[in-house]
Amino acid sequence: MTASANLAAQLESVLGAHRVIAAEAELREYAIDGLVPSAIVRPTSAQEAAEVARFAITEKLAIVATGSRSKLDMGMPPARYDLALDMTGLHDIAHFDPGDLTLSVDAGIPLRQLAKVLAEKSQFLPLAVPCYETSTVAGALASGIDSTLRKQYGTARDFLIGAEFVDGKGALCKSGGRVVKNVTGYDLHKLLIGSLGTLAVITRLNFRTFTLPQAHGGHLVCFSNVEDASAYRDAIEQSGLPLANLETLSPEMVALTASILRETNAEFAGPLDPAKWCVYASYEGNEAVVPRIARDLQKLAKEAAASTNQILDAPSDAYLGGILREAFDWLRCASPRVALFRIALPQSKPGDLADLLCVAQESALRGALLLRAAGIVYFTLLAETEDESTLRALENAATRVFSYASAGHGHATLLHAPGKLKSRVNAWGPERADLGMMQHVKRSFDPQNTFAPGRFVGGI
Amino acid sequence: MPASLLRELSSLLGSSNVLYKIEDLVLYEYDGSVEKARPDLVVFPHTTEDVSHIVKLAAKYNVPIVGRGSGTGLSGGALARGGGIMIVFARMNRILELDLANARAVVQPGVVNLDITRAVEPAGLYFAPDPSSQKSCTIGGNVAENAGGPHTLAYGVTVNHVTALELVLPDGEIVRVGSKHGDAPGYDLCGLFVGSEGTLALVTEITVKLTRKAEAVKTLLAIFDAVDDASHTVAEITARGITPAACEMVDGWTLCAIEDYIHAGFPRDSAAILLIEVEGLREAVAAQAAAVEDVCRTHHAREVRIAKDDRERDLLWKGRKNAFGALGRLAPSNYVLDGVIPRSKLPQALQQISQIGTKYSFSIGNIFHAGDGNLHPIVLYDPRDPRQFENAIAASHEILSYCVELGGALTGEHGVGMEKNELMPLLFSDADFDLMRRVHDAWNPDSSLNPGKIFPLSKGCGEIRVRKQAEALPANV
Repeated sequence: MTASANLAAQLESVLGAHRVIAAEAELREYAIDGLVPSAIVRPTSAQEAAEVARFAITEKLAIVATGSRSKLDMGMPPARYDLALDMTGLHDIAHFDPGDLTLSVDAGIPLRQLAKVLAEKSQFLPLAVPCYETSTVAGALASGIDSTLRKQYGTARDFLIGAEFVDGKGALCKSGGRVVKNVTGYDLHKLLIGSLGTLAVITRLNFRTFTLPQAHGGHLVCFSNVEDASAYRDAIEQSGLPLANLETLSPEMVALTASILRETNAEFAGPLDPAKWCVYASYEGNEAVVPRIARDLQKLAKEAAASTNQILDAPSDAYLGGILREAFDWLRCASPRVALFRIALPQSKPGDLADLLCVAQESALRGALLLRAAGIVYFTLLAETEDESTLRALENAATRVFSYASAGHGHATLLHAPGKLKSRVNAWGPERADLGMMQHVKRSFDPQNTFAPGRFVGGI
Repeated sequence: MPASLLRELSSLLGSSNVLYKIEDLVLYEYDGSVEKARPDLVVFPHTTEDVSHIVKLAAKYNVPIVGRGSGTGLSGGALARGGGIMIVFARMNRILELDLANARAVVQPGVVNLDITRAVEPAGLYFAPDPSSQKSCTIGGNVAENAGGPHTLAYGVTVNHVTALELVLPDGEIVRVGSKHGDAPGYDLCGLFVGSEGTLALVTEITVKLTRKAEAVKTLLAIFDAVDDASHTVAEITARGITPAACEMVDGWTLCAIEDYIHAGFPRDSAAILLIEVEGLREAVAAQAAAVEDVCRTHHAREVRIAKDDRERDLLWKGRKNAFGALGRLAPSNYVLDGVIPRSKLPQALQQISQIGTKYSFSIGNIFHAGDGNLHPIVLYDPRDPRQFENAIAASHEILSYCVELGGALTGEHGVGMEKNELMPLLFSDADFDLMRRVHDAWNPDSSLNPGKIFPLSKGCGEIRVRKQAEALPANV
């Protein structure tokens, strides 16, 4: 009996045969950077997930909890990977109180399915994340991936109100609650956001929900240079206009976006000129607010010497908004080798964007920039070949990007990179001064290092 | 308390920054809660390094420490339950940096909440969390308790506005967590430390987000002849998805007390009022105000007034924010509770509070953040009468237990402190406590920081112990 079959047999005695998979073809579907687990377990309840955790703790096995597996390439490969804990079998809505605008859902419910239920009561959860059609709610939360609605609704930490999870002792724990305002006890649920499954197995999440807006709008403008595009963006920020999303695309990013729109056969009518810098704004509100914002944006764009300045029709706005929401996903395969950085700087100045593009140019790589809301930059380096010289170029460029971010009192992470690059460059960047504090958190939650060991910051 | 500790602290900080006489210490034995606990020493650091040295000395002498801002807290969070050294941050009160382009301010913990807004107002910015005590409470205290306020309905509590912290750990180490931008990779350590009630570390510097002032604002005063009508109005505003910036409720009995004190223009003959504020773009505000007014009238509001100008608006808010002071005129003391319920359960919660008041023969006022279900029943009592004090505590426990029964929580913004720690098992299991205790012990294994807070002492959380009150220092040291 192979080690894998032996492990599966033991797990079957814990949960029953129908919950355990050890077929090689399926195991490969759960691979992370080439590492394949020895077994897959699919619990259907929090108690079953806890049983698996306790088994793993006793047997000193490592668990990686998964949802739709759309973002498993984030972070570093696990140091150990024995069990994939597929949480998609927990997919119920435990509570939805439309009158209170609160929600409690199982970890594995897909965002799309949840959205349908909420929409019946004219509500929604502002987690507009990439791989939206397949992502589970806990996967989206644990990945910490950006939502394109964060400008208006904040990040998950602003609307996650509680959680239930299995800790590293195999106990079912909770934090927070189901009310919108609550400071009772430590806010442990906030630690789960972006933790990449290294602290606990999330079994349930509680959120405040929001009312669907009456109307939407989108506006796209092009500029001949980055300075004008940045000045326009600054003017928007100073105006205080309440936008849902604001994205600046470099010429290369415009070209990639236009190409994706063509591939999806979207009937897009907008000025996506690949020789220009484009700024896309989306906004929402009531029937009076949306045209008001549109008017103001047009005026600001005109004052900023935009070369084109267009209010998008509803289908074009939906297509472009959707494509940009999915940027993380399609940028990963925009060329044979891709390194995608997420960079947060205190203030993204035009100089920052130009400097980053210089890094690409000097490394003989194509560089595409997407300056997102809240000053987050998605910087993509695209290489056409997979040889050693390309890897070296990516490695050098990565080192420069990390240094650049640190020097600007910001930070950069590699959201996606070839496995071979991750073996040379840590996806989380240089070691942080607060690493010791994070290790305290990890040891408190997961004293035996059972959950996703090695995937997180500083080897956590 | 060893005399050598006093000498070392005086040498470190200067004698004007150390208090040790009983007549000085009694000023620090209370806060805004009903609890009392006297520190053995009070010290006033001026720098982070001072704090680090104090903490190291405390460790050397095995003496507990509690941090304190201006002592306006309502859960005993800043009381020296285990005696020891109280570190008062009043003299670390400088705004260190205003980065208006990035909407950030870096401040010391002793800066008064409202002073941040005053400093950035000319640039059209403000600091959103606005507790009623914002004229005197400090940002350090706000961070410790994760304070809220009326406008947190739309803008969130303190944690939603903090991006970075400088901390002094119980061993004296100085560390920084978070980042100015607020998107540091890694665990959300700011999210953990904000609201940890001074039980994990002392906060010595805070980076806060600043919010841009809205283009337009309307403040509505809706007057009701029945409390139930006001409650149903709040529930329907929520259910319709209208999110005001603030939605406050005051019952008729409390209104009279406010009017006697502030003369804010509240009606004396109503059962309850709602103070509702909507803000945003002009077009949004007009529509929201109309929708709010419609809901109020649907639920039989006798009158809906809209503040005509800033003066009227300020007067209405002055009435709301000084309500606790107004009630202070009616009884020797009052006990402000802080429970949270699902917003749809407001009518039954208010009925239950009224019944509990009747049961214990107390007048209980209600002035609270109705929009987010954050109740603040105020029990008026005489603390000199031991029976009244016991009954006030019993009434409080019944009200908070009912909040939990309705699916709510024990505190929305005041913190657990030493007021509600014994009620924590109503919400949390042994496994929950075990994990919280492990997190606590990761930083504060000896409970040298703020002992006896958050965790129930009766629940066998022995590690979170309270040391015996130390002997007061002799006057001649």
